[in-house]
Amino acid sequence: MKEIVVISGKGGTGKTSITASLAYLGGEDLIVADCDVDAADMHLLLSPDFGNPEEFYSGELAVINQDVCIQCGKCQEVCRFDAISVVNNQYFVDSLGCEGCGYCARVCPAEAITNERPGVGQVFVSNIRTGSAMVHARLNIGADNSGKLVAKVKKDAKSLAESKNKTAVLVDGSPGLGCPVVSSLSGANFVVLVTESTVSGIHDLKRVYELVEKFGIKAGCIINKADLNPGVTDKIKGFLDASGIVLLSEIPYNESFTKAMTNGKTIVEYDKELGAIISGSWEQIKELCEI
Amino acid sequence: MKIAIASGKGGTGKTTLSTNLASYIAENRECILVDLDVEEPNSGLFIKAELLHEEDMFKKIPEWNESTCELCGNCQTVCSFNAVMKMGKMIMVFPEMCHGCFACSELCPTGSLPMKSKKMGELKSYKSGNLNFIESRLIIGEEQAVPLIKQTLDYVDANFSEDRITILDSPPGTSCPVIEATRDADLVILITEPTPFGLHDLKLAVETVRQMGKPFGVVINRNGIGNDGVEQYCREESLDIIALIPNDRLIAETYSAGNLLYPTVPSVKNAVSHIESYIEKINEKMKRDTV
Ligand code: SF4
Ligand code: SF4
Repeated sequence: MKEIVVISGKGGTGKTSITASLAYLGGEDLIVADCDVDAADMHLLLSPDFGNPEEFYSGELAVINQDVCIQCGKCQEVCRFDAISVVNNQYFVDSLGCEGCGYCARVCPAEAITNERPGVGQVFVSNIRTGSAMVHARLNIGADNSGKLVAKVKKDAKSLAESKNKTAVLVDGSPGLGCPVVSSLSGANFVVLVTESTVSGIHDLKRVYELVEKFGIKAGCIINKADLNPGVTDKIKGFLDASGIVLLSEIPYNESFTKAMTNGKTIVEYDKELGAIISGSWEQIKELCEI
Repeated sequence: MKIAIASGKGGTGKTTLSTNLASYIAENRECILVDLDVEEPNSGLFIKAELLHEEDMFKKIPEWNESTCELCGNCQTVCSFNAVMKMGKMIMVFPEMCHGCFACSELCPTGSLPMKSKKMGELKSYKSGNLNFIESRLIIGEEQAVPLIKQTLDYVDANFSEDRITILDSPPGTSCPVIEATRDADLVILITEPTPFGLHDLKLAVETVRQMGKPFGVVINRNGIGNDGVEQYCREESLDIIALIPNDRLIAETYSAGNLLYPTVPSVKNAVSHIESYIEKINEKMKRDTV
């Protein structure tokens, strides 16, 4: 079983639309994992049934029991996150600022502070309209997206793929370069880098590829909006060549991306020409992954 | 006055809006632009300014002092992030997992884990005419954005007076980094696009700013490309739509080359001027409220 991860460094490149198209093309052979948990959008295109919700916990949150607190202020003194404030002589923990380190609870002389484990989100295993299944999550507002949730989504998708004898897991990766994307990449067999022909596109591509290179994962690249700026596209191609990244396809700037999305469809279902380009990339990916 | 430009996810035009708005305002008065998307700061690609100041940014992590340690194991017990572990006769510190709470260090009975500085990124400060531009960049592989965002905001507070207009280009998402970035903002501008993805992410962003109790308004980017779901939602929720930026290939091309939009695209100039008036209005109201 292979694992294919699609990442883009930054949002707005069309990554999710492209991943959903690959999911559509792969059909029943694939288990899909949406690891872009912070802004999970793929469900808008693949119509999952939000099946088997499971509460996900990670980290802790300090809570002060006002009946026990003697207002000594020790907790506020030690908190490095400025998460404890005083209102009308009462000490409160700001749940958005609290990192759950538990230091305050340890120093509180009155034992007024307890650490609670708030649910940070839910994980779902859903049936989707490609005839397969998708593992995805919903993160609560302000919850710590530490990468643990991403790891959980991936792990569940993998074991599901194994138990159902699927050929691959297709992962919509997290944006950025931090903890979540590192979790998205770990264990991947192939990375699809989606970029766009803009100065920020090439900038982010280079940065995120440093990470991919560290992991030593084979990579291919799809350049979206490739005709927007031919000069930049040439530069991207030069970078791909020099880095040994396979150029999978160049997709022209096209408003079908948005139109397809507005209709709740993947691009392959909506636009024949673009669909053919993406199908071509999918065949190449399969070959490179030997699936 | 601090204005945070935020959105539920990447790619909706945060950087475009931040750079254009700040540059436009700076034509007439002093303005500060701060790129807080420390994982991938992109604003600098659009601002041509002179580098005035550069410094390394550090976070504090514990460093084990073997000679005084009694191997009591307290440090491992108090660390909630598994960043300090006792392994045989050694105390191991895992810097990537450390949140910098100081608990292990300050609760060590022998003072054997002093907090030492470790480089996590770089801050650069530029100036061009009335515009001060500050960006911070996390070292690749460094996983925690929040401490760097916090220190960047502290730097701005220490170096610039409060009565200037400060535009904060926030990181995407609804989790810790964006909360840190918008925490001190007097006004949040949410930028979105009129598509199902845009609407979905806007709803999450609205929930977040409401929870934080911030005044906010909405800017719709690429107007005309999708459907009227976003406008309808704003009407139902009585949200201010501050400005509309039309969908226009010329905008995409100008952006792709790394150029500012408002000097050549009248519709963008119109939009930023609307936003400036809106900011003025909120500013006046804030002044009245504090008198
Ligand atoms: S340390 Fe404990 S007793 Fe003291 S103010 Fe904090 S919660 Fe109250
Ligand atoms: S708490 Fe201090 S003395 Fe105890 S094991 Fe840790 S470093 Fe050593």
